[in-house]
Amino acid sequence: MTPVAQATNPIIRWEWIIDEWDQIREALVQHLELTVLSVALGVVVAAVLSAVALRFRFMVSPITGFTGFLYTIPSVALFGLLVPYFGLSRLTAVLPLAAYTLLILVTNTVAGFNAVPESVRDAAKGMGLTPVRRVVEVELPLALPYIIAGLRIAVVSTAGLVTVAAIIGQGGLGALILDGLQRTFWTPMTIGASLSILLALVLDGAIYALGRWATPWTRRAKAS
Amino acid sequence: MALIGPSGCGKTTTLRMINRLIEPTSGRLEVNGRDVINESLTELRRGIGYVIQQGGLFPHRTVAQNIATVPRTLGWDKSRVADRVAELAELVGLELTMLDRYPDELSGGQQQRIGVARALAADPPVLLMDEPFGAVDPIVRSRLQDELLALQQQLHKTIVFVTHDLEEALKLGDRIALLNVGGILEQYSTPDELLRSPANTFVEQFVGEDRGMKRLALKSVAELPFETGPVIPDTASSSEAVATAEAQGVEWIGLICDDRFGGWVRVADLANGSVPADAERFPPAAQVTPDSTLRNAMELIMTSRTSVAVINDGGHFGGVVSLDAIRRSLVSEPDL
Repeated sequence: MTPVAQATNPIIRWEWIIDEWDQIREALVQHLELTVLSVALGVVVAAVLSAVALRFRFMVSPITGFTGFLYTIPSVALFGLLVPYFGLSRLTAVLPLAAYTLLILVTNTVAGFNAVPESVRDAAKGMGLTPVRRVVEVELPLALPYIIAGLRIAVVSTAGLVTVAAIIGQGGLGALILDGLQRTFWTPMTIGASLSILLALVLDGAIYALGRWATPWTRRAKAS
Repeated sequence: MALIGPSGCGKTTTLRMINRLIEPTSGRLEVNGRDVINESLTELRRGIGYVIQQGGLFPHRTVAQNIATVPRTLGWDKSRVADRVAELAELVGLELTMLDRYPDELSGGQQQRIGVARALAADPPVLLMDEPFGAVDPIVRSRLQDELLALQQQLHKTIVFVTHDLEEALKLGDRIALLNVGGILEQYSTPDELLRSPANTFVEQFVGEDRGMKRLALKSVAELPFETGPVIPDTASSSEAVATAEAQGVEWIGLICDDRFGGWVRVADLANGSVPADAERFPPAAQVTPDSTLRNAMELIMTSRTSVAVINDGGHFGGVVSLDAIRRSLVSEPDL
Protein backbone atom coordinates (compact mmCIF):
# COMPACT_ATOMS: atom_id res chain seq x y z
CA MET A 1 0.00 0.00 0.00
CA THR A 2 1.48 3.32 -1.03
CA PRO A 3 1.34 6.37 1.24
CA VAL A 4 -0.47 8.28 -1.48
CA ALA A 5 -3.32 5.80 -1.55
CA GLN A 6 -3.64 5.95 2.24
CA ALA A 7 -3.72 9.72 2.35
CA THR A 8 -6.65 10.00 -0.05
CA ASN A 9 -10.09 8.60 0.72
CA PRO A 10 -11.16 6.66 -2.38
CA ILE A 11 -14.79 5.76 -3.08
CA ILE A 12 -13.86 2.15 -2.80
CA ARG A 13 -10.90 0.29 -1.35
CA TRP A 14 -10.84 -3.27 -2.66
CA GLU A 15 -8.55 -4.66 0.11
CA TRP A 16 -11.16 -3.71 2.67
CA ILE A 17 -13.79 -5.77 0.88
CA ILE A 18 -11.57 -8.81 0.94
CA ASP A 19 -10.64 -8.29 4.59
CA GLU A 20 -14.20 -7.66 5.74
CA TRP A 21 -15.83 -10.18 3.42
CA ASP A 22 -17.53 -12.09 6.25
CA GLN A 23 -18.93 -8.89 7.73
CA ILE A 24 -20.31 -7.81 4.36
CA ARG A 25 -21.88 -11.17 3.78
CA GLU A 26 -23.45 -11.19 7.21
CA ALA A 27 -24.87 -7.68 6.65
CA LEU A 28 -26.29 -8.73 3.29
CA VAL A 29 -28.00 -11.79 4.79
CA GLN A 30 -29.41 -9.71 7.65
CA HIS A 31 -30.64 -7.15 5.16
CA LEU A 32 -32.33 -9.81 3.09
CA GLU A 33 -33.92 -11.37 6.18
CA LEU A 34 -35.27 -8.05 7.43
CA THR A 35 -36.66 -7.20 4.00
CA VAL A 36 -38.33 -10.57 3.50
CA LEU A 37 -39.71 -10.67 7.06
CA SER A 38 -41.11 -7.15 6.82
CA VAL A 39 -42.74 -7.70 3.43
CA ALA A 40 -44.05 -11.11 4.49
CA LEU A 41 -45.66 -9.66 7.59
CA GLY A 42 -46.99 -6.80 5.48
CA VAL A 43 -48.52 -9.22 2.98
CA VAL A 44 -50.28 -11.17 5.72
CA VAL A 45 -51.72 -8.06 7.36
CA ALA A 46 -52.58 -6.49 3.98
CA ALA A 47 -54.39 -9.68 2.96
CA VAL A 48 -56.58 -9.49 6.05
CA LEU A 49 -57.22 -5.74 5.62
CA SER A 50 -57.98 -6.17 1.91
CA ALA A 51 -60.36 -9.02 2.61
CA VAL A 52 -62.20 -6.86 5.14
CA ALA A 53 -62.29 -3.91 2.73
CA LEU A 54 -63.58 -6.06 -0.12
CA ARG A 55 -66.16 -7.83 2.00
CA PHE A 56 -67.42 -4.66 3.66
CA ARG A 57 -67.11 -1.96 1.05
CA PHE A 58 -67.69 0.88 3.51
CA MET A 59 -64.38 -0.14 5.13
CA VAL A 60 -62.32 0.74 2.06
CA SER A 61 -61.89 4.41 2.98
CA PRO A 62 -61.13 3.88 6.70
CA ILE A 63 -58.61 1.15 5.88
CA THR A 64 -56.77 3.03 3.14
CA GLY A 65 -56.92 6.12 5.33
CA PHE A 66 -55.34 4.28 8.23
CA THR A 67 -52.60 2.65 6.11
CA GLY A 68 -51.94 6.03 4.54
CA PHE A 69 -51.56 7.53 8.00
CA LEU A 70 -49.08 4.80 8.99
CA TYR A 71 -47.08 5.61 5.89
CA THR A 72 -46.67 9.23 6.93
CA ILE A 73 -45.01 8.44 10.27
CA PRO A 74 -41.23 8.90 10.05
CA SER A 75 -39.48 5.57 10.54
CA VAL A 76 -37.12 6.88 13.20
CA ALA A 77 -40.09 8.10 15.24
CA LEU A 78 -41.83 4.77 14.88
CA PHE A 79 -38.71 2.90 16.02
CA GLY A 80 -38.53 5.20 19.00
CA LEU A 81 -42.17 4.52 19.81
CA LEU A 82 -41.68 0.75 19.76
CA VAL A 83 -38.35 0.47 21.58
CA PRO A 84 -39.97 0.80 25.05
CA TYR A 85 -42.18 -2.19 24.24
CA PHE A 86 -39.97 -4.50 22.22
CA GLY A 87 -36.48 -3.17 22.97
CA LEU A 88 -33.76 -3.03 20.35
CA SER A 89 -35.12 -6.19 18.78
CA ARG A 90 -35.72 -7.40 15.29
CA LEU A 91 -39.47 -6.99 15.94
CA THR A 92 -39.00 -3.27 16.56
CA ALA A 93 -37.39 -3.02 13.14
CA VAL A 94 -39.82 -5.25 11.28
CA LEU A 95 -43.09 -3.77 12.58
CA PRO A 96 -42.66 -0.26 11.11
CA LEU A 97 -41.23 -1.61 7.89
CA ALA A 98 -44.19 -3.94 7.51
CA ALA A 99 -46.55 -1.07 8.31
CA TYR A 100 -45.09 0.97 5.44
CA THR A 101 -45.91 -1.76 2.93
CA LEU A 102 -49.60 -1.82 3.85
CA LEU A 103 -50.69 1.25 1.91
CA ILE A 104 -49.38 0.06 -1.43
CA LEU A 105 -50.32 -3.58 -0.89
CA VAL A 106 -53.90 -2.91 0.23
CA THR A 107 -54.51 -0.27 -2.44
CA ASN A 108 -53.29 -2.54 -5.21
CA THR A 109 -55.13 -5.59 -3.95
CA VAL A 110 -58.42 -3.73 -3.75
CA ALA A 111 -57.80 -2.22 -7.19
CA GLY A 112 -57.01 -5.68 -8.53
CA PHE A 113 -60.24 -7.18 -7.31
CA ASN A 114 -62.18 -4.17 -8.54
CA ALA A 115 -60.70 -4.71 -11.98
CA VAL A 116 -62.20 -8.18 -12.32
CA PRO A 117 -64.72 -7.76 -15.17
CA GLU A 118 -68.32 -7.81 -14.00
CA SER A 119 -69.21 -10.27 -16.76
CA VAL A 120 -66.64 -12.73 -15.45
CA ARG A 121 -67.91 -12.40 -11.89
CA ASP A 122 -71.45 -12.85 -13.14
CA ALA A 123 -70.57 -15.92 -15.19
CA ALA A 124 -68.76 -17.52 -12.25
CA LYS A 125 -71.78 -16.96 -10.05
CA GLY A 126 -74.23 -18.08 -12.71
CA MET A 127 -72.38 -21.33 -13.21
CA GLY A 128 -72.82 -22.24 -9.59
CA LEU A 129 -69.27 -21.73 -8.28
CA THR A 130 -69.28 -21.44 -4.50
CA PRO A 131 -68.22 -18.07 -3.04
CA VAL A 132 -64.88 -19.52 -1.93
CA ARG A 133 -64.16 -20.98 -5.36
CA ARG A 134 -65.18 -17.72 -7.01
CA VAL A 135 -62.57 -15.83 -4.98
CA VAL A 136 -59.80 -18.42 -5.12
CA GLU A 137 -60.22 -19.68 -8.67
CA VAL A 138 -61.48 -16.62 -10.50
CA GLU A 139 -61.10 -13.29 -8.74
CA LEU A 140 -57.72 -13.80 -7.08
CA PRO A 141 -55.93 -14.95 -10.25
CA LEU A 142 -57.39 -12.03 -12.18
CA ALA A 143 -56.34 -9.57 -9.45
CA LEU A 144 -52.85 -11.06 -9.39
CA PRO A 145 -51.19 -8.69 -11.88
CA TYR A 146 -52.18 -5.75 -9.65
CA ILE A 147 -51.13 -7.53 -6.47
CA ILE A 148 -47.77 -8.44 -8.01
CA ALA A 149 -47.24 -4.84 -9.09
CA GLY A 150 -47.91 -3.69 -5.51
CA LEU A 151 -45.60 -6.33 -4.12
CA ARG A 152 -42.76 -5.18 -6.35
CA ILE A 153 -43.04 -1.60 -5.14
CA ALA A 154 -43.31 -2.77 -1.54
CA VAL A 155 -40.18 -4.93 -1.82
CA VAL A 156 -38.10 -2.27 -3.52
CA SER A 157 -39.02 0.43 -1.02
CA THR A 158 -38.55 -1.90 1.93
CA ALA A 159 -35.13 -3.04 0.73
CA GLY A 160 -34.09 0.61 0.81
CA LEU A 161 -35.76 1.40 4.12
CA VAL A 162 -34.20 -1.56 5.92
CA THR A 163 -30.92 0.39 6.07
CA VAL A 164 -32.56 2.53 8.77
CA ALA A 165 -32.89 -0.55 10.99
CA ALA A 166 -29.16 -0.21 11.66
CA ILE A 167 -29.82 2.66 14.04
CA ILE A 168 -31.53 0.26 16.42
CA GLY A 169 -28.70 -2.22 16.02
CA GLN A 170 -30.37 -4.67 13.71
CA GLY A 171 -27.43 -4.80 11.35
CA GLY A 172 -28.01 -5.16 7.66
CA LEU A 173 -26.32 -3.12 4.99
CA GLY A 174 -27.35 -0.01 6.91
CA ALA A 175 -24.77 -0.94 9.54
CA LEU A 176 -22.04 -0.72 6.90
CA ILE A 177 -23.28 2.67 5.80
CA LEU A 178 -23.45 3.90 9.39
CA ASP A 179 -19.95 2.57 10.03
CA GLY A 180 -18.63 4.41 7.00
CA LEU A 181 -20.38 7.62 8.02
CA GLN A 182 -18.99 7.55 11.55
CA ARG A 183 -15.45 6.91 10.34
CA THR A 184 -15.72 9.11 7.24
CA PHE A 185 -14.55 6.04 5.38
CA TRP A 186 -16.28 5.72 2.03
CA THR A 187 -15.77 2.08 1.25
CA PRO A 188 -18.36 0.55 3.65
CA MET A 189 -20.84 3.22 2.64
CA THR A 190 -20.34 2.51 -1.03
CA ILE A 191 -20.58 -1.22 -0.49
CA GLY A 192 -23.64 -0.91 1.76
CA ALA A 193 -25.51 1.38 -0.59
CA SER A 194 -24.58 -0.56 -3.74
CA LEU A 195 -25.56 -3.89 -2.29
CA SER A 196 -28.81 -2.43 -0.99
CA ILE A 197 -29.68 -1.20 -4.47
CA LEU A 198 -28.58 -4.46 -6.04
CA LEU A 199 -30.66 -6.46 -3.57
CA ALA A 200 -33.73 -4.35 -4.34
CA LEU A 201 -33.24 -4.90 -8.06
CA VAL A 202 -32.71 -8.64 -7.69
CA LEU A 203 -35.79 -9.07 -5.47
CA ASP A 204 -37.83 -6.94 -7.86
CA GLY A 205 -36.70 -9.07 -10.78
CA ALA A 206 -37.48 -12.26 -8.88
CA ILE A 207 -41.05 -11.16 -8.13
CA TYR A 208 -41.50 -9.96 -11.69
CA ALA A 209 -40.44 -13.38 -12.97
CA LEU A 210 -42.69 -15.09 -10.44
CA GLY A 211 -45.58 -12.91 -11.56
CA ARG A 212 -45.05 -13.76 -15.20
CA TRP A 213 -44.92 -17.42 -14.37
CA ALA A 214 -48.13 -17.17 -12.34
CA THR A 215 -50.11 -15.22 -14.96
CA PRO A 216 -49.35 -16.90 -18.28
CA TRP A 217 -52.52 -15.57 -19.89
CA THR A 218 -51.29 -11.97 -19.75
CA ARG A 219 -48.38 -12.77 -22.05
CA ARG A 220 -50.32 -14.08 -25.01
CA ALA A 221 -50.93 -11.68 -27.86
CA LYS A 222 -54.50 -10.89 -28.75
CA ALA A 223 -55.62 -12.61 -31.90
CA SER A 224 -56.30 -10.32 -34.80
CA MET B 1 -88.33 -18.83 -25.85
CA ALA B 2 -87.16 -15.32 -26.54
CA LEU B 3 -87.55 -12.45 -24.08
CA ILE B 4 -87.60 -9.11 -25.81
CA GLY B 5 -88.48 -5.52 -25.03
CA PRO B 6 -87.06 -2.01 -24.72
CA SER B 7 -84.33 -1.13 -22.19
CA GLY B 8 -85.60 -1.22 -18.65
CA CYS B 9 -88.36 -3.71 -19.37
CA GLY B 10 -86.83 -6.29 -17.07
CA LYS B 11 -85.98 -8.96 -19.60
CA THR B 12 -82.54 -9.53 -18.12
CA THR B 13 -83.97 -9.31 -14.61
CA THR B 14 -86.48 -12.00 -15.52
CA LEU B 15 -83.72 -14.20 -16.85
CA ARG B 16 -81.51 -13.67 -13.82
CA MET B 17 -84.33 -14.58 -11.48
CA ILE B 18 -84.45 -18.04 -13.02
CA ASN B 19 -81.01 -18.91 -11.69
CA ARG B 20 -81.50 -16.57 -8.76
CA LEU B 21 -78.73 -14.13 -9.56
CA ILE B 22 -81.54 -11.79 -8.61
CA GLU B 23 -83.90 -12.98 -5.90
CA PRO B 24 -87.59 -12.65 -6.73
CA THR B 25 -89.40 -10.62 -4.08
CA SER B 26 -92.64 -12.49 -4.55
CA GLY B 27 -94.26 -15.12 -6.69
CA ARG B 28 -93.19 -18.59 -7.66
CA LEU B 29 -90.54 -19.60 -10.08
CA GLU B 30 -90.41 -23.20 -11.16
CA VAL B 31 -87.75 -25.03 -13.09
CA ASN B 32 -88.72 -28.57 -14.00
CA GLY B 33 -91.71 -28.28 -11.72
CA ARG B 34 -89.54 -27.54 -8.68
CA ASP B 35 -89.72 -24.22 -6.91
CA VAL B 36 -86.24 -22.71 -7.33
CA ILE B 37 -86.47 -20.90 -4.00
CA ASN B 38 -86.20 -24.23 -2.20
CA GLU B 39 -83.07 -25.31 -4.04
CA SER B 40 -79.48 -24.81 -3.06
CA LEU B 41 -78.08 -21.89 -5.05
CA THR B 42 -75.04 -23.71 -6.36
CA GLU B 43 -76.97 -26.89 -7.19
CA LEU B 44 -79.61 -24.89 -9.03
CA ARG B 45 -77.06 -22.92 -11.06
CA ARG B 46 -75.01 -25.96 -11.98
CA GLY B 47 -78.15 -27.44 -13.49
CA ILE B 48 -78.82 -24.40 -15.65
CA GLY B 49 -76.50 -23.37 -18.46
CA TYR B 50 -75.70 -19.66 -18.46
CA VAL B 51 -74.39 -17.67 -21.42
CA ILE B 52 -73.84 -13.92 -21.33
CA GLN B 53 -72.59 -11.29 -23.73
CA GLN B 54 -69.01 -11.96 -24.83
CA GLY B 55 -69.34 -15.27 -23.03
CA GLY B 56 -68.06 -13.95 -19.69
CA LEU B 57 -65.16 -16.31 -20.22
CA PHE B 58 -62.42 -16.62 -17.63
CA PRO B 59 -59.44 -14.87 -19.23
CA HIS B 60 -56.97 -16.71 -17.00
CA ARG B 61 -58.21 -20.13 -18.01
CA THR B 62 -57.55 -21.88 -21.30
CA VAL B 63 -60.47 -22.63 -23.58
CA ALA B 64 -60.52 -26.25 -22.40
CA GLN B 65 -60.46 -25.19 -18.75
CA ASN B 66 -63.27 -22.73 -19.37
CA ILE B 67 -65.47 -25.38 -20.92
CA ALA B 68 -64.61 -27.78 -18.08
CA THR B 69 -65.70 -25.37 -15.33
CA VAL B 70 -68.97 -26.98 -14.29
CA PRO B 71 -67.92 -30.63 -14.83
CA ARG B 72 -64.89 -29.94 -12.64
CA THR B 73 -66.99 -28.47 -9.85
CA LEU B 74 -69.24 -31.50 -10.13
CA GLY B 75 -66.17 -33.65 -9.49
CA TRP B 76 -65.98 -35.53 -12.77
CA ASP B 77 -62.75 -37.44 -13.24
CA LYS B 78 -60.12 -36.07 -15.60
CA SER B 79 -60.63 -38.38 -18.55
CA ARG B 80 -64.39 -37.86 -18.50
CA VAL B 81 -63.90 -34.08 -18.45
CA ALA B 82 -61.38 -34.26 -21.32
CA ASP B 83 -63.74 -36.39 -23.40
CA ARG B 84 -66.62 -34.04 -22.77
CA VAL B 85 -64.53 -30.98 -23.68
CA ALA B 86 -63.49 -32.56 -26.98
CA GLU B 87 -67.08 -33.55 -27.69
CA LEU B 88 -68.36 -30.02 -27.03
CA ALA B 89 -65.59 -28.42 -29.05
CA GLU B 90 -66.73 -30.46 -32.02
CA LEU B 91 -70.37 -29.71 -31.34
CA VAL B 92 -69.91 -25.95 -31.43
CA GLY B 93 -67.32 -26.03 -34.21
CA LEU B 94 -64.11 -25.21 -32.37
CA GLU B 95 -60.84 -26.62 -33.61
CA LEU B 96 -59.08 -28.81 -31.07
CA THR B 97 -55.94 -26.70 -31.42
CA MET B 98 -57.81 -23.80 -29.85
CA LEU B 99 -58.42 -25.67 -26.62
CA ASP B 100 -55.02 -24.84 -25.16
CA ARG B 101 -55.25 -21.15 -25.95
CA TYR B 102 -56.61 -18.34 -23.83
CA PRO B 103 -59.93 -16.66 -24.66
CA ASP B 104 -58.28 -13.31 -25.43
CA GLU B 105 -56.37 -14.94 -28.27
CA LEU B 106 -59.59 -15.79 -30.07
CA SER B 107 -62.13 -13.80 -32.05
CA GLY B 108 -65.46 -12.65 -30.65
CA GLY B 109 -67.36 -15.30 -32.56
CA GLN B 110 -65.11 -18.04 -31.27
CA GLN B 111 -65.41 -16.73 -27.72
CA GLN B 112 -69.16 -16.88 -28.06
CA ARG B 113 -69.00 -20.50 -29.19
CA ILE B 114 -66.84 -21.30 -26.17
CA GLY B 115 -69.44 -19.61 -23.96
CA VAL B 116 -72.14 -21.87 -25.39
CA ALA B 117 -69.93 -24.96 -25.06
CA ARG B 118 -69.19 -24.07 -21.44
CA ALA B 119 -72.88 -23.65 -20.66
CA LEU B 120 -73.65 -27.04 -22.22
CA ALA B 121 -70.79 -28.84 -20.48
CA ALA B 122 -72.78 -30.69 -17.83
CA ASP B 123 -75.70 -31.20 -20.24
CA PRO B 124 -78.19 -29.03 -18.34
CA PRO B 125 -81.81 -29.26 -19.51
CA VAL B 126 -82.22 -25.48 -19.32
CA LEU B 127 -80.06 -22.82 -20.95
CA LEU B 128 -80.22 -19.12 -20.13
CA MET B 129 -78.77 -16.79 -22.73
CA ASP B 130 -78.48 -13.07 -22.04
CA GLU B 131 -77.88 -11.20 -25.30
CA PRO B 132 -75.17 -13.71 -26.14
CA PHE B 133 -74.60 -12.40 -29.65
CA GLY B 134 -74.83 -8.71 -28.80
CA ALA B 135 -71.14 -7.94 -29.16
CA VAL B 136 -70.27 -9.59 -32.45
CA ASP B 137 -70.60 -8.14 -35.93
CA PRO B 138 -73.79 -8.83 -37.92
CA ILE B 139 -72.29 -11.45 -40.21
CA VAL B 140 -70.87 -13.48 -37.34
CA ARG B 141 -74.08 -12.96 -35.37
CA SER B 142 -76.18 -14.37 -38.15
CA ARG B 143 -73.90 -17.39 -38.40
CA LEU B 144 -73.99 -17.96 -34.65
CA GLN B 145 -77.79 -17.77 -34.75
CA ASP B 146 -77.89 -20.41 -37.47
CA GLU B 147 -75.52 -22.57 -35.46
CA LEU B 148 -77.67 -22.21 -32.38
CA LEU B 149 -80.75 -23.26 -34.33
CA ALA B 150 -78.91 -26.29 -35.71
CA LEU B 151 -77.64 -27.13 -32.23
CA GLN B 152 -81.12 -26.90 -30.81
CA GLN B 153 -82.33 -29.35 -33.47
CA GLN B 154 -79.98 -31.90 -31.95
CA LEU B 155 -80.22 -31.03 -28.28
CA HIS B 156 -83.83 -29.96 -27.64
CA LYS B 157 -83.01 -27.80 -24.62
CA THR B 158 -85.30 -25.36 -22.95
CA ILE B 159 -83.63 -22.09 -23.90
CA VAL B 160 -84.56 -18.71 -22.52
CA PHE B 161 -82.97 -16.11 -24.76
CA VAL B 162 -82.85 -12.40 -23.95
CA THR B 163 -82.38 -10.00 -26.84
CA HIS B 164 -83.28 -6.46 -27.84
CA ASP B 165 -83.12 -7.36 -31.50
CA LEU B 166 -86.55 -8.18 -32.93
CA GLU B 167 -85.11 -9.96 -35.95
CA GLU B 168 -83.13 -12.21 -33.63
CA ALA B 169 -86.17 -12.98 -31.48
CA LEU B 170 -88.26 -13.77 -34.55
CA LYS B 171 -85.56 -15.98 -35.99
CA LEU B 172 -84.69 -17.93 -32.86
CA GLY B 173 -87.80 -17.95 -30.72
CA ASP B 174 -90.46 -20.66 -30.83
CA ARG B 175 -92.33 -18.30 -28.58
CA ILE B 176 -91.67 -14.65 -27.86
CA ALA B 177 -92.44 -12.79 -24.65
CA LEU B 178 -92.59 -9.07 -25.36
CA LEU B 179 -92.07 -7.02 -22.20
CA ASN B 180 -92.70 -3.34 -21.66
CA VAL B 181 -90.93 -0.97 -19.28
CA GLY B 182 -91.74 -1.95 -15.73
CA GLY B 183 -91.84 -5.64 -16.51
CA ILE B 184 -95.32 -5.66 -18.06
CA LEU B 185 -95.88 -8.67 -20.29
CA GLU B 186 -97.51 -7.24 -23.40
CA GLN B 187 -97.74 -10.37 -25.46
CA TYR B 188 -96.61 -13.97 -25.27
CA SER B 189 -97.08 -15.85 -28.51
CA THR B 190 -95.41 -17.46 -31.49
CA PRO B 191 -93.41 -15.13 -33.72
CA ASP B 192 -96.01 -15.43 -36.48
CA GLU B 193 -98.87 -14.60 -34.16
CA LEU B 194 -96.96 -11.65 -32.71
CA LEU B 195 -96.63 -10.17 -36.19
CA ARG B 196 -100.05 -11.24 -37.44
CA SER B 197 -102.15 -10.10 -34.52
CA PRO B 198 -100.37 -7.70 -32.15
CA ALA B 199 -102.18 -7.62 -28.81
CA ASN B 200 -102.15 -3.81 -28.54
CA THR B 201 -100.67 -0.64 -29.98
CA PHE B 202 -97.44 -1.06 -28.04
CA VAL B 203 -96.83 -4.42 -29.66
CA GLU B 204 -97.84 -3.02 -33.01
CA GLN B 205 -95.35 -0.19 -32.73
CA PHE B 206 -92.64 -2.46 -31.40
CA VAL B 207 -92.86 -4.93 -34.29
CA GLY B 208 -92.99 -2.10 -36.80
CA GLU B 209 -95.06 -1.17 -39.82
CA ASP B 210 -93.53 -3.82 -42.03
CA ARG B 211 -94.73 -6.70 -39.94
CA GLY B 212 -96.24 -8.40 -43.00
CA MET B 213 -92.82 -8.36 -44.62
CA LYS B 214 -91.22 -9.65 -41.42
CA ARG B 215 -93.62 -12.58 -41.41
CA LEU B 216 -92.30 -13.59 -44.82
CA ALA B 217 -89.00 -14.36 -43.16
CA LEU B 218 -90.72 -16.82 -40.83
CA LYS B 219 -92.40 -18.88 -43.53
CA SER B 220 -90.78 -21.32 -45.89
CA VAL B 221 -91.55 -22.07 -49.50
CA ALA B 222 -92.61 -25.60 -48.51
CA GLU B 223 -95.58 -24.15 -46.63
CA LEU B 224 -97.16 -22.85 -49.83
CA PRO B 225 -99.67 -24.98 -51.75
CA PHE B 226 -98.13 -26.72 -54.76
CA GLU B 227 -98.31 -24.70 -57.95
CA THR B 228 -96.85 -25.69 -61.31
CA GLY B 229 -97.06 -22.26 -62.87
CA PRO B 230 -96.43 -21.56 -66.57
CA VAL B 231 -94.46 -24.73 -67.06
CA ILE B 232 -94.79 -27.43 -69.73
CA PRO B 233 -92.89 -30.60 -70.62
CA ASP B 234 -90.18 -29.91 -73.19
CA THR B 235 -91.93 -32.40 -75.50
CA ALA B 236 -94.93 -30.06 -75.81
CA SER B 237 -95.77 -28.35 -79.10
CA SER B 238 -95.48 -24.61 -79.60
CA SER B 239 -99.25 -24.14 -79.69
CA GLU B 240 -99.57 -25.84 -76.30
CA ALA B 241 -96.85 -23.56 -74.99
CA VAL B 242 -98.50 -20.41 -76.32
CA ALA B 243 -101.87 -21.52 -74.92
CA THR B 244 -100.40 -22.12 -71.44
CA ALA B 245 -98.64 -18.77 -71.49
CA GLU B 246 -101.81 -16.96 -72.50
CA ALA B 247 -103.83 -18.76 -69.84
CA GLN B 248 -101.37 -17.63 -67.18
CA GLY B 249 -100.88 -14.22 -68.71
CA VAL B 250 -97.08 -14.48 -68.93
CA GLU B 251 -94.46 -13.90 -71.62
CA TRP B 252 -92.15 -16.64 -70.46
CA ILE B 253 -92.70 -20.34 -70.23
CA GLY B 254 -90.72 -22.97 -68.33
CA LEU B 255 -89.67 -26.31 -69.73
CA ILE B 256 -89.47 -29.54 -67.78
CA CYS B 257 -87.27 -32.33 -68.96
CA ASP B 258 -87.07 -35.55 -66.94
CA ASP B 259 -88.52 -34.01 -63.80
CA ARG B 260 -85.96 -31.23 -63.89
CA PHE B 261 -86.41 -27.61 -64.77
CA GLY B 262 -84.87 -27.09 -68.18
CA GLY B 263 -84.95 -23.30 -68.38
CA TRP B 264 -87.21 -20.51 -69.55
CA VAL B 265 -88.07 -19.73 -73.16
CA ARG B 266 -89.62 -16.55 -74.53
CA VAL B 267 -93.15 -16.99 -75.82
CA ALA B 268 -92.29 -14.52 -78.60
CA ASP B 269 -89.64 -16.93 -79.84
CA LEU B 270 -92.35 -19.56 -80.34
CA ALA B 271 -94.63 -17.35 -82.47
CA ASN B 272 -93.19 -18.73 -85.72
CA GLY B 273 -94.28 -22.20 -84.70
CA SER B 274 -90.87 -23.55 -83.70
CA VAL B 275 -90.77 -26.37 -81.15
CA PRO B 276 -90.24 -25.15 -77.55
CA ALA B 277 -87.37 -27.61 -77.11
CA ASP B 278 -85.44 -25.85 -79.90
CA ALA B 279 -85.98 -22.31 -78.64
CA GLU B 280 -83.29 -20.34 -76.87
CA ARG B 281 -83.34 -21.26 -73.17
CA PHE B 282 -82.55 -18.98 -70.26
CA PRO B 283 -81.45 -20.48 -66.93
CA PRO B 284 -83.75 -19.67 -64.00
CA ALA B 285 -82.62 -16.45 -62.34
CA ALA B 286 -85.07 -16.92 -59.47
CA GLN B 287 -84.48 -20.32 -57.94
CA VAL B 288 -85.35 -21.35 -54.41
CA THR B 289 -85.42 -24.53 -52.33
CA PRO B 290 -88.33 -25.76 -50.20
CA ASP B 291 -86.39 -24.46 -47.13
CA SER B 292 -86.01 -20.94 -48.49
CA THR B 293 -87.97 -18.26 -46.72
CA LEU B 294 -90.79 -16.50 -48.53
CA ARG B 295 -88.87 -13.28 -48.02
CA ASN B 296 -85.98 -14.73 -49.92
CA ALA B 297 -88.30 -16.03 -52.65
CA MET B 298 -89.96 -12.65 -52.98
CA GLU B 299 -86.64 -10.86 -53.19
CA LEU B 300 -85.62 -13.17 -56.05
CA ILE B 301 -88.89 -12.78 -57.91
CA MET B 302 -88.80 -9.01 -57.62
CA THR B 303 -85.34 -8.85 -59.13
CA SER B 304 -85.83 -11.34 -61.96
CA ARG B 305 -87.54 -11.07 -65.34
CA THR B 306 -89.87 -13.99 -64.73
CA SER B 307 -92.69 -13.40 -62.29
CA VAL B 308 -92.23 -16.68 -60.44
CA ALA B 309 -89.37 -18.45 -58.68
CA VAL B 310 -88.61 -22.07 -59.53
CA ILE B 311 -88.46 -24.50 -56.63
CA ASN B 312 -85.44 -26.75 -56.84
CA ASP B 313 -86.23 -29.71 -54.60
CA GLY B 314 -82.96 -31.58 -54.46
CA GLY B 315 -82.48 -31.34 -58.22
CA HIS B 316 -86.13 -32.07 -59.03
CA PHE B 317 -88.69 -29.56 -60.16
CA GLY B 318 -90.84 -28.79 -57.13
CA GLY B 319 -93.27 -26.28 -58.60
CA VAL B 320 -93.02 -22.51 -58.61
CA VAL B 321 -93.58 -19.69 -56.18
CA SER B 322 -95.60 -16.74 -57.44
CA LEU B 323 -96.00 -13.34 -55.82
CA ASP B 324 -99.70 -14.02 -55.64
CA ALA B 325 -99.13 -17.23 -53.68
CA ILE B 326 -96.89 -15.34 -51.24
CA ARG B 327 -99.52 -12.65 -50.80
CA ARG B 328 -102.23 -15.22 -50.23
CA SER B 329 -100.11 -16.97 -47.56
CA LEU B 330 -100.11 -13.76 -45.55
CA VAL B 331 -103.86 -13.13 -45.72
CA SER B 332 -105.18 -16.68 -45.60
CA GLU B 333 -104.51 -17.04 -41.89
CA PRO B 334 -107.35 -18.57 -39.88
CA ASP B 335 -108.64 -15.39 -38.24
CA LEU B 336 -109.18 -13.57 -41.50
